[in-house]
Amino acid sequence: MTDSPVTLTQLSNGLTIHLKEIHTAPIISHWVWYRVGSRNETPGITGISHWVEHMQFKGTPMFPAGMLDKAISREGGYWNAFTYLDWTTFFETMPADKIELAMRLEANRMAESQYKPEEVESERTVIISERQGHENEPRFRLGEAIQKAAFASHPYHHEVIGEIEDLRAITRDDLFNYYRSYYVPRNAIVAIAGDFDTPSMLARLEELYGALPGGNPPAVRPPLEPAQDAERRLEVTGPGHTTYLQLSYHAPAASHPDFFAFSVLDSLLTGATGLNMFGGGGVSNKTSRLYRSLVDGELAVSVGGGLQATIDPFLYDISATVRPDRTPDDVLRVIDEEVLRLQDGQVTSEEIARAIKQARALFAYGSENITNQAFWLGYAEMFDRYAWFEQYTDRLAQVTAQDIQRAAQHYLVPSNRVVGAYLPTGGEEIGEEEE
Amino acid sequence: MRGLRPVNWKTLPGPDDITLVELPNGITVLARPNFNSPSIVISGYLTSGSLFDPNAQLGLSQFTAMALMRGTQSKTFQQIYDSIESVGATLGFGTSVHNISFGGRALAEDLPLLLSLFSEAARTPTFPNEQIERVRAQIMTHLAIRAQDTADLASLEFDNIIFSGHPYSRPEDGYPETIANITRADLEQFHRAYYGPRGMVIVVVGAVEPQKAVDLVRQTLGDWENPLQPVPPEMPAITLLESSVRRQIDVPGKVQTDLVMGTVGPARCAPEWLAASLGNSILGQFGMMGRIGESVREQAGLAYHASTSLNAWISAGSWEVTAGVNPENLQRSIDLILSELARFSTEPVTREELDDSQANYIGRLPLSLESNGGVANALVNLFRFQLGLDYYQRYPQMVKSVTPEMVLEAARLYLHPDRLAIVSAGPALGDA
Repeated sequence: MTDSPVTLTQLSNGLTIHLKEIHTAPIISHWVWYRVGSRNETPGITGISHWVEHMQFKGTPMFPAGMLDKAISREGGYWNAFTYLDWTTFFETMPADKIELAMRLEANRMAESQYKPEEVESERTVIISERQGHENEPRFRLGEAIQKAAFASHPYHHEVIGEIEDLRAITRDDLFNYYRSYYVPRNAIVAIAGDFDTPSMLARLEELYGALPGGNPPAVRPPLEPAQDAERRLEVTGPGHTTYLQLSYHAPAASHPDFFAFSVLDSLLTGATGLNMFGGGGVSNKTSRLYRSLVDGELAVSVGGGLQATIDPFLYDISATVRPDRTPDDVLRVIDEEVLRLQDGQVTSEEIARAIKQARALFAYGSENITNQAFWLGYAEMFDRYAWFEQYTDRLAQVTAQDIQRAAQHYLVPSNRVVGAYLPTGGEEIGEEEE
Repeated sequence: MRGLRPVNWKTLPGPDDITLVELPNGITVLARPNFNSPSIVISGYLTSGSLFDPNAQLGLSQFTAMALMRGTQSKTFQQIYDSIESVGATLGFGTSVHNISFGGRALAEDLPLLLSLFSEAARTPTFPNEQIERVRAQIMTHLAIRAQDTADLASLEFDNIIFSGHPYSRPEDGYPETIANITRADLEQFHRAYYGPRGMVIVVVGAVEPQKAVDLVRQTLGDWENPLQPVPPEMPAITLLESSVRRQIDVPGKVQTDLVMGTVGPARCAPEWLAASLGNSILGQFGMMGRIGESVREQAGLAYHASTSLNAWISAGSWEVTAGVNPENLQRSIDLILSELARFSTEPVTREELDDSQANYIGRLPLSLESNGGVANALVNLFRFQLGLDYYQRYPQMVKSVTPEMVLEAARLYLHPDRLAIVSAGPALGDA
């Protein structure tokens, strides 16, 4: 699927290095991945992983706050960071001759971020504002309620942004200690793709990162979520005139052999999705089974699916925007009929071949973009091994109709799901005033 | 570090590697090869848009564009999407005030398929009744969601105020009552009257030889004619506000307030556009959202996002500050932003600030052009705004030639802190 060789190695302090030379454009993308996310959080400190990610932009003695972003922008680079269930990642994509700056900065903030109390307080209100922006969205509120209902003991119970009470209570020391525990070479991967020469890049990485103490990241084994024994249903009400339905089934972990059959199953039900984070775009889903039955069937105006690659079993979502003249139950009934067809084994090899060609196209689009290629280098290591990514399309191609049938029979049963509906209260008039 | 090479500006798109052909029916074809990935992108536009929508049927142009792929003389909706999705390709149409835009991507082997579907959809749509009603239901749901989206509501009202009486004041997606007014005959009529090859631009970028791309476009679209196609009308003048206008839109049940404040900005072809754009970077983009991000987010901690944007179109643009804030912090945020706007429009930016943004503009150019989609978008803009084929090669020098005085001049020309539209949408302010 990808041509140029990948160098996988490790420094003596435990830092994993993945490098891939790509000489199509004078660009390098540099990523640092940490194996920490909301999965590592305990009650009382939910949201702390994401907040630590924010604090990492607040400066070190060598790169004071405000200087970092200016320095990157000045060189024409762009940078960002993401916090997710299992991981946190930071990246910079720069003109190739300027990547040195990003490497120095990432190595430095792996060890020397300051967490000044006044910065913590100013960021507290920024993060609460970020959460309040999400709360304006009906689908955020529905998704959050479903996650809570789906997980009683596992930390996938809460949203990455965290509970508002915890965001008000987390202290500077909580943040700093969390940072010192998890942001260490032994818990990290540096992944770089682009226009460089591997031996000189390796030598420079050794100089910059090699002297940092490896650290002892806590071994985290969250309690396994007991199998759900009965369907759970919930309703969220709020302003608006639009009804949403979301079904979330407990799904296999990324490393589970069923994950690939499940991916093809999702592709048949709700349309093709790839592994691209940048520049990939998607393929429309108008020939997927659920689009045909729900949207062509005039029950919903849109439908989509989402399967996440995670360390522990997470959720497979089917979401629909319900037509105003229909009810969530109408939509649910038809989804259940389509699931039944999969469980009865009504899948052809042509459909599977189509899903594979779609996956191949999405890979080609994703490979146009060096930032995306560097993302691929680190991503799979956060929930499995790099080999998971290398084997991705081959393993999809091995999926059979029987595998899909088995996955549908095993996972897509009512007792394994949460069904949530957002019911709009409507009615309120939008007012306008001139001051 | 050893092993690194300096940026070679000659690798940027320019007259040497862009193939440009104008077909006899008025279609301009641009092609640029890239064999690094086995994929291709097409992108372009036709010269009609929502400016032709009657007020009572606002959204007609967009409705028409959304309905093109719902059935053609030779294919049903499902046949069209079967052929596209089966090969992992995409194709779509959209509308702006001046243009019908389109874009698609596919593996290179499927370029002929993509072009032939484009041609069918653009030339022979049949607008089947049943499909039209489904599209209408989707638009209505989109409008119902928009009516609850605080950022969208603030932005709609902002455009309504600053572009009063101009086509830019009208949302391309219309309103529920105007969408309800549109019949199938209206869609057919709009298509018949306004879709045609004259002035159309199509760009093909990716793993195909340029001559082959041009030949394929000629084979599929070379015989398209539409004698009815009108010349786009003159746009009316835009009148600046006499004094600032403040509006609050109450949206019950929301937690956060979205704020939009600003004014009319330069057209993309205006001589001061580049100085305004660099100034905008300093004001609300550079680093962590420029001066306004520094003041509202970093120093005061009032918002997750607070930034500015300079949107430039054919006859004008908008220069706006947007922020999402807790209603309790709304007035404080407005005051901080006003004081930044006052400083920006009375004092020149510093040499250091300008150097930073100039370096950013020049350095990021190769990044914006690394993917086929990025290059295609850049080539479309060359034509849409008449920038010249050598624009990207001249660009670094043009950026460097902007001075702090030119930025101040652009700010004085456009950003009048006492003549702004200031619109907020969120919880009723008394309830905060």
